[in-house]
Amino acid sequence: MMDFLNAITLFANFVFVPGLAYGAQLALGALGITLLYSILRFANFAHGDTMAFGTMVTILLTWWFQSVGIGLGPLPTALLALPVGVAVTAVVALATDRLVYKHYRQVKAPPIRLVMASVGVMFVMNGLVRFIIGPDDQRFFDGERFIIRAREFKQMTGLNEGLAIKSSQALTVVVAVVLVAALFWFLNRTRTGKSMRAFSDNEDLALLSGISPDRVVTVTWILAAGLATIAGVLYGLDKSFKPFTYFQLLLPMFAAAVVGGVGQPVGAILGGFVVAFSEVTVTYAYKKFITYLVPESWAPDGLMQLLSTDYKFAVSFIILVVVLLVRPTGLLKGKVI
Amino acid sequence: MFLEGRNLTGGYGGADILKGCSIGVEKGEIVVIVGPNGAGKSTAMKAMLGMLDIREGKVLLDGEDITRLTPQDRIAKGVAFVPQTSNVFTGMSVEENLEMGAFLREDDFTGTMNEIYDLFPILREKRAQMAGELSGGQRQQVAVGRALMTQPSVLMLDEPTAGVSPIVMDELFDRILEIRETGVAVLMVEQNARQALEIADRGYVLVTGENRFTDTGQALLADPEVRASFLGG
Repeated sequence: MMDFLNAITLFANFVFVPGLAYGAQLALGALGITLLYSILRFANFAHGDTMAFGTMVTILLTWWFQSVGIGLGPLPTALLALPVGVAVTAVVALATDRLVYKHYRQVKAPPIRLVMASVGVMFVMNGLVRFIIGPDDQRFFDGERFIIRAREFKQMTGLNEGLAIKSSQALTVVVAVVLVAALFWFLNRTRTGKSMRAFSDNEDLALLSGISPDRVVTVTWILAAGLATIAGVLYGLDKSFKPFTYFQLLLPMFAAAVVGGVGQPVGAILGGFVVAFSEVTVTYAYKKFITYLVPESWAPDGLMQLLSTDYKFAVSFIILVVVLLVRPTGLLKGKVI
Repeated sequence: MFLEGRNLTGGYGGADILKGCSIGVEKGEIVVIVGPNGAGKSTAMKAMLGMLDIREGKVLLDGEDITRLTPQDRIAKGVAFVPQTSNVFTGMSVEENLEMGAFLREDDFTGTMNEIYDLFPILREKRAQMAGELSGGQRQQVAVGRALMTQPSVLMLDEPTAGVSPIVMDELFDRILEIRETGVAVLMVEQNARQALEIADRGYVLVTGENRFTDTGQALLADPEVRASFLGG
């Protein structure tokens, strides 16, 4: 019985809790991709770098706050800088829209041309972030690091294995839940939110109903930029900030959006967790976990790891390819990219 | 005429589809446009709404020239349009569809919504259901209801009975007669020419973008030439 509880704790500590936080971060990113796709009808490749940009702005401001001694006590100072990060990123996203995407909308360019334009925006944004903050790893976490430490958990329960919950993980989940609830309330209850759904559902009929496309597009960019920045800051608090990592996050975020069904907000959340848990469970070494569960003589010699963590992006890639081949609409019947 | 297209000439950029046809509708009147395939029936209606550029002719609403206005501006002036296909928001509830119809209205529109529920009682029952899950006839009711939410003075319907059963068609026509009683000008394009002319006050027969016959619905039904050529004998 003790062994079983140890195994469960071990699994929760190394797979479930990190997977939950990572899934929530991916879900927020995928939500932005899905919103943009359903309104602007193109896959935004610059989303990962928008995330990096927003996080960078937040970090710079956080450093400034830290240098002048403004903080939030046990909570990370980055939360104080976050609203400004969101606002600046939203302004940049809107400026990019006016400068780049608006033209392609006006000439009614096919979606692939908008996708290619977004690849260009991605490179520019990427360069800008590296130019301003540099390509290196940046840490900006402060405040209380843990909610439950592994050692405290062991003392409390008397188990061999500890369960640590980082405050960044708890923060991620809480913020994601609040944000998702607010987003769904906005989309389902407010006039502007409903007009966005209408525009996504049937653009011609939305125009015939007097819904202003400019307004819908503007609100969508603000939401997507906000979600990207918040997702990026939460990821950075949880791990660390590095421009290249954020660029790489594009793949799992896209996989999440496609798995859930592009254009389906609920699907994006579902997809975020599917991708995150797949990545974590496939790259986890189960040696110790199995040792707890089987008789001593059966204990495995190897690491019992399906895939090295170096290959974790392969998981997203495989999920993406399989879903596109087998069920291109995704789990919740979204649009086909 | 309350809404009138005079000498409409134009198309979708290529060759002219409309060649000087004229169409008009008065308030409290049902006007039906019939004609063979490719006669420009729907195109004529879209020209009245401003969905294509007309090279010649003009569109008048209550005496005001609205030829240069965008479809959105015309809708704000009280012209409503029900497209033939994709005329509901399939992923939204019946009630949300009606709300979107009233998007331009700043005032309280619950009264109008109740009138629409009285006109189409089944919609009240299914108000929380997704429009995409409804039957063809119910969807058409949602589409017409959505268009009526602006309290329009002109209602244009592009083949409202396409793809619905004869029973549903009769019911839909009954509802359209009720809408006429409220003083709305109803202009519709119909494939089911005979049934549509039976409820029409006036009808236009278009052929290759030109007016061929114009008369009351009954007179057109009685005209041997119209019967032979366009109503299948």
